[in-house]
Amino acid sequence: MHYLDHAATTPTLPEVTDLMVGILREDFGNPSSVHGYGRRAKELVEDGRDRLAAAIGARADEIVFTGGGTEADNLGLRGAAAKLRGNGDHIIVSAFEHHAVLDSAASLERDGFAITRVGVTADGRVEPDAVAAAVRPSTILVSVMTVNNEIGTVQDVAGIVAAVRAVKPNALIHTDAVQALGNMPVDVHAWGVDLAAFAAHKLGGPKGVGALFVRSGVPIEPIVHGGGQERGLRSGTLNVAGIAGFGLAAAIAAKEVDVKTERLAGLRGRLLEGMRQIVPDLVVNGEMEQRVAGNLNVCIPGTEGETLLLLLDREQIACSSGSACASGALDPSHVLLAIGTSKALAKGSLRFSLGRASTEQDVEAVLTALPKVIAQARRAA
Amino acid sequence: MSRKAVVAMSGGVDSSVTAALLVERGYDVTGIMLKLWRGEAANNDSGCCNVGAAEDARRVADVLCIPFYVLNFAEAFEDTVIRNFHEDYSAGRTPNPCVRCNQWVKFGTLLERAEALGADVLATGHYARVRRAEDGSYRLLRGVDRAKDQSYVLWMLTQRELARTLFPVGEMNKTETRAIAEELGLRTAHKPDSQEICFVRNGDLGAYVAEHIPLGSERGPIVDAGGELLGEHHGIARYTVGQRKGLGIALGRPVFVTGIDASTNTIRVGERDELAVGELALDEVTFTGDAVTGPVLVQHRAHGDVSAATLRLRGGVARLVFEDPVEGIAPGQSAAFYSTAEPDELVGGGIVSATVAAAIPA
Repeated sequence: MHYLDHAATTPTLPEVTDLMVGILREDFGNPSSVHGYGRRAKELVEDGRDRLAAAIGARADEIVFTGGGTEADNLGLRGAAAKLRGNGDHIIVSAFEHHAVLDSAASLERDGFAITRVGVTADGRVEPDAVAAAVRPSTILVSVMTVNNEIGTVQDVAGIVAAVRAVKPNALIHTDAVQALGNMPVDVHAWGVDLAAFAAHKLGGPKGVGALFVRSGVPIEPIVHGGGQERGLRSGTLNVAGIAGFGLAAAIAAKEVDVKTERLAGLRGRLLEGMRQIVPDLVVNGEMEQRVAGNLNVCIPGTEGETLLLLLDREQIACSSGSACASGALDPSHVLLAIGTSKALAKGSLRFSLGRASTEQDVEAVLTALPKVIAQARRAA
Repeated sequence: MSRKAVVAMSGGVDSSVTAALLVERGYDVTGIMLKLWRGEAANNDSGCCNVGAAEDARRVADVLCIPFYVLNFAEAFEDTVIRNFHEDYSAGRTPNPCVRCNQWVKFGTLLERAEALGADVLATGHYARVRRAEDGSYRLLRGVDRAKDQSYVLWMLTQRELARTLFPVGEMNKTETRAIAEELGLRTAHKPDSQEICFVRNGDLGAYVAEHIPLGSERGPIVDAGGELLGEHHGIARYTVGQRKGLGIALGRPVFVTGIDASTNTIRVGERDELAVGELALDEVTFTGDAVTGPVLVQHRAHGDVSAATLRLRGGVARLVFEDPVEGIAPGQSAAFYSTAEPDELVGGGIVSATVAAAIPA
């Protein structure tokens, strides 16, 4: 099997698995308990918090653990909107955000907030000036993702923060950084954002654990209520093993990011070059310069992404196309439509995302399988 | 190498057992479900092909250890079956969307897709049988379980499709199908049969028409054969030829819808004997094999009786002349032809384009 879908999720790092299994076996305590079991569990959680904070350039008390990246985005948007309602009702998001952000914004829209969805360039870039131009006196929150999950383009988050602050110093700025950690250096304070969402499973950690960075002093409301864990911002007994695993994965990712990036850029270059030879009319979605190293998103004219995926699956190659809906069917990618790709072309998109374990053999396997797969898929379309 | 089959899985018991039987027979099976509509409609629980049904089908595929995929056919379904349904109702016709779905989607786009995926055959959970005749041609027969027979909605299949199609549950009774599902521990074993049009919520056609078919929802006159105004109707799409109830007019004698004229938005009513149809004109006629003319048995609704008729083809126009007048046939419906020599064998069919009233005996 050749796994080229790291933007969907990553294999859990062996070190992380070992740590988590040990905790699941031995350290079952509730971190909120006073006794020794609880204290041990609490220590594991705080170790995880320290490690994640260090990996993203934050302080430990700026980390709120959640049940995943989606929940972190929901907490960022809904939590900030609820807190700042008295200051204004306008929220800005980019048009090609992950649905965790887009649908949170849509739900806020139904609750009476005004939402502006800022367009994206054909390169896959959100222009800081375009965001600033959308700011109104009533703007309370701006959310632009750090790395797009489908086309991998890296946004100028610091530039967007500066542009927004210049016109509206007190608007909060959230970034969905789920695809950033592990794929590029992350420094939330250098970026200047107030809120940033992360997910453990995109960097070799477990699923079901995420975190929201909440800059010190930034006020938000909880969206999950109960026992008051995470300084009241996210109630619920903490996922001790998951948080410890997240912390370790983040530490490893931060340490390895430069080496990994260089290696993946080489592999991706080979993949792109090989694909161009096989498909002369290949369309690359989004610019190649400002893009995480493992991502390659292309359209193969005259094909259906669905058919390509099924055929590649049969050839033991795992990649993706569009975005999966609740039933598991694929919808045309809103990201590709946002960067101006035609609907017909967008149907034939494929996303390869390389990761830590990707090898030359994986790339060669794709290049070997593609000619046959494309010929077959073109017959169907 | 084992033959490759794509099984169209709906999340119901019939297609679940279809997949199970083919696995048992040694096919290399891939389960495919079609997502037929977009947005929130995909989450409601009426009919098949919703998110819950996808989960059922996926769990069945897990038990059978076969790969399972959901393909997004929402656009194709909307552009063909739903559009045709709306156009037909707006034109005062009575469409059969299951026929259209088989014609354009399942044995059209899906069959093509299955072939592209390298499948030798497409299997569905229909109650019908395909037989290979001695001359190598394929015949389409009614399902063994007469109460469940679905050959009627498959009339458009021709040699091209029949050669690539399997209907394993058509060889058995529904009780046997459920017994197999139960034996294999499939979670769909006791799911109720789907009855209604899958995209019409709760089977409420009136509400669907009001919401989606504005042209068929405008009020207009109800007249008798002589054109005399008898009342007002609530939109032609809410009426079907032969309908008696819900007309909202009291004449002291039963009256029936005898005609729907979309061009003037008029519903015509009359006596029961005016419903008698002596002849039909047909469009889109196809045959499973060679074209057939002469005596045939005609079925004009999903579990209806057959009527003896003569099929004539002249200058590209197909006409059916009934031996005895038949009631309640409306344009848009499908007429399936069965062989008089072999009454189980479906030989073709078409879409009713016009009806000719039988001469009323004086």
